[in-house]
Amino acid sequence: MTQPVSSAEQTAACAGSGNELLEVRNVAKSFGPREVLKHISLEIASGEFLTLLGESGSGKTTLLRLIAGFEQPGSGEIWMSGERLDTLPPYKRRVNTVFQNYALFPHLTVQENVGYGLQVSGVAKSEIPGRVNEALQMVKMREFAVSRPAKLSGGQQQRVALARALVNRPKLLLLDEPLSALDANLRKQMQGELKSLQRELRITFLFVTHDQEEAMALSDRIALLKDGALEQIASPREIYAHPATSYTAEFIGQTNLLRAEVRNGVASCGSLRWSTLQPTGAALFSLRPEAIHLSPDGPVPADAIRFRAVIRQQIFSGSSEHLELELAGQLLRARIPARGAISGEQEFWFSPADAVSVRE
Amino acid sequence: MYSRAYKWIVSTPPLLWVAIFLLLPYALMFAHSFWLVRDGMIAREWNLRNYAKLFQNPVYLDVLFRTMRIAAGVTLLSLLLGYPLAYYMSFRAGVRKELLYQLVIVPLWVSYLVRGYAWKTILGSEGVLNGFLQYIHVTKEPVSFFLYSPFAVVLMLTHIYTPFVFLPLYASLEHIPRNLVEASHDLGAGSRATFLRVILPLSLPGLLAGATFAFVLTLGDFLAPLLVGGPSSIMIANIVQSLFGTAYDWPLGAAISVCILVLTISLLFLTERLEKRWSFR
Amino acid sequence: MSRHSQTSRRSPLLGIYALLVFAFLYSPIVVLILYSFNRDGVGGFPPRQLTFAWYRLLFSDSAIWDSVLNSLLVALGAVALSLTLGLLAALALDRATFPGKSIFRRLVLLPLILPGIITGLSLLMFAVFAGMQLSLATVFLGHGTALLSVATTELFAGLQKIDRAQEEASLDLGATPWQTFWRVTLPNLKLSLIAAGLLIFTLSMDEIAVTFFLIGRDNTLPLEIWARLRRGITPEINAISTLIFAVSVVLILIWYQIRTRTTGKEVQELLERP
Repeated sequence: MTQPVSSAEQTAACAGSGNELLEVRNVAKSFGPREVLKHISLEIASGEFLTLLGESGSGKTTLLRLIAGFEQPGSGEIWMSGERLDTLPPYKRRVNTVFQNYALFPHLTVQENVGYGLQVSGVAKSEIPGRVNEALQMVKMREFAVSRPAKLSGGQQQRVALARALVNRPKLLLLDEPLSALDANLRKQMQGELKSLQRELRITFLFVTHDQEEAMALSDRIALLKDGALEQIASPREIYAHPATSYTAEFIGQTNLLRAEVRNGVASCGSLRWSTLQPTGAALFSLRPEAIHLSPDGPVPADAIRFRAVIRQQIFSGSSEHLELELAGQLLRARIPARGAISGEQEFWFSPADAVSVRE
Repeated sequence: MYSRAYKWIVSTPPLLWVAIFLLLPYALMFAHSFWLVRDGMIAREWNLRNYAKLFQNPVYLDVLFRTMRIAAGVTLLSLLLGYPLAYYMSFRAGVRKELLYQLVIVPLWVSYLVRGYAWKTILGSEGVLNGFLQYIHVTKEPVSFFLYSPFAVVLMLTHIYTPFVFLPLYASLEHIPRNLVEASHDLGAGSRATFLRVILPLSLPGLLAGATFAFVLTLGDFLAPLLVGGPSSIMIANIVQSLFGTAYDWPLGAAISVCILVLTISLLFLTERLEKRWSFR
Repeated sequence: MSRHSQTSRRSPLLGIYALLVFAFLYSPIVVLILYSFNRDGVGGFPPRQLTFAWYRLLFSDSAIWDSVLNSLLVALGAVALSLTLGLLAALALDRATFPGKSIFRRLVLLPLILPGIITGLSLLMFAVFAGMQLSLATVFLGHGTALLSVATTELFAGLQKIDRAQEEASLDLGATPWQTFWRVTLPNLKLSLIAAGLLIFTLSMDEIAVTFFLIGRDNTLPLEIWARLRRGITPEINAISTLIFAVSVVLILIWYQIRTRTTGKEVQELLERP
């Protein structure tokens, strides 16, 4: 089942081919004895939606703040559009930030907040109301123009924060976990709005989050950070289908990690055996739960690896069943389409191509 | 969760005490302002002559205005000293701010009298300041206006009230979320613009609280003029004090006190409303 | 906090100004202490010979020490009175509603913001009205009343910080309100009580404005010093002032440690990077 490559994935493929907006070169940062970023290098293409994904402590927020200008790199450089960025103070960078807690000025009205950046940069007074209106229209907050932030809900404040940043037409927009304070439904809605806004404006977005579902939904590319280092950077589909490491495989989506011994093109793990291109020796494989199918449910391809397992637990979740399987002392997680209660020992299968080899 | 008996037990004693030892005394002062002195005794004849005297005799109004000028001067100087200090400590001092905070509140707690006395010894003709200036050959003779002048009163009271002004101001500044400062920088405003547009407006409640405190307390101060002031720096509270002392006219003194009280309460009321408006919550 | 190293344009002017303000705040005190050791007395420059003579004179001055004793009596009494009434007032403000509550709140806070002379004179008129002789007792009543506001404010703030659920848990487990008060509420207020007590003690020891009008024949320390000042400056006063300063500093630092212990965590978090 192949999908046509989207324009976003084309942009992603183009990264490094000459239209980079931002270049992070070998940047390291420590706070006292703590090494928060360990020699990170990456490029952001113009017009792309790149997400920095990671747990707390992974360094993603620190990297964002370095690009915004609130911290200085310990070593390394940051370049934007061919000019050195990290030597400039934040108020001289063509970069704007949407803060995690919005950071709206409580003593100014919504339109004064939005117009703030324009005012301090000396934009012509006659021009400001028009641009402020335009920005508020974009985030659908026109009717709240003269309200104070204290009177707005979280979602509304978030839109104002977005408008305040975008009105300055920055080259790069930084978003520091902007949706984390919103409830689930509002989050989904805002995700959609953010994505379409970015497409429309074609401004480069650098988005920080710890939520991998959010990252996959929004991004052209995901940069997964772990302990201050770049674990993998690729498009969501690529990173999901071909995780480079076991960490990536477990962080994004769910998976079964199989420790196998490979001999002459055959990997064996417990009582499972499948063909692989990996060299002889120890190897680690990632097998997604949805790649395991129940044999009685449909046609089984010829090269499928069959096995029998006992169903230890079944959890219904609307459209799927999450099964916990046991075979020969090994526990596997499987996800099959909803089909009613099932128990006992059953036959399952998976395709050897779905067992992706990953680094430790 | 709290029974009626509980609420009665906790409210009654303080209410009673406050009624007897605060409300009643203030009421007595109020009453006295409408009475008279006759033949060296206080006569409880209700009249408005005391108040008439205040407004007709220019002496009282002169002294009141002088007192207000001194109070304004002290408040202004305290702000000029206290605000930059508070700003420095809140935004630039980093981990040292706790230590510096302790250093600021120490003078606050040290006896008013001790500090006033210190100034007295420094500013006199034979005092330390004059001695120092002569020692380094800046002056040849003692400068007399250092002491027993409005200058000395303002100086001493500024010294006393700068920490008072500092405290609520510092608290206000500390309350400003740092991400607002970052947001301002992010949007293109430098340090100066950020201060004028974000920090100053948000520090107004604390500024107002401190300034009011300094102004009101200076207004009613009678010790500083007695310590370091001269005949030209008599303040309104000194007049009250002498009316309750050697000049023996309690009703008139009470009338002036009531005026000070009314002035103070109106000022407090005004600033409270302004503080509410400017706290943006 | 952002650290602009090569991009910083922060001038050191602000830091220098702050230093000058500190110098202004401390130099009178430094001069005071210095001259308490000066053989030639107060004045002139520079101080010539350092001596303990004035301190020796001070220690044999019985009038001063009598006044210190008087001050201590009044201060301790004021602490006891203010804390008791203040605790009740704080509880009332925190938990009870009654008609005139907002007026009560303002009334309690009034002596804090009004010039001392007004409170002092009002209490004087009351004393006369009630036929009381002016003495340490009237001073004690004056301090207790005036400092009630300090106690109420501090203890109210302390009450606010207590997790209400603790008291509910106590009641749930079978304790009566009285037991809950002694076993849960009061221990939680321990630090606030000590902090408030220290503050009231210090303020009472230094109180002049209210005391001025309520004093009888026995002087408190500030008024004893005041009386001597009328007669002229002597370095003995420098000496006692230096001692007052030393004791005050110790008390404040203790108070500060206690105060920040109750909010210690918040202060820590404030200083750390988020």
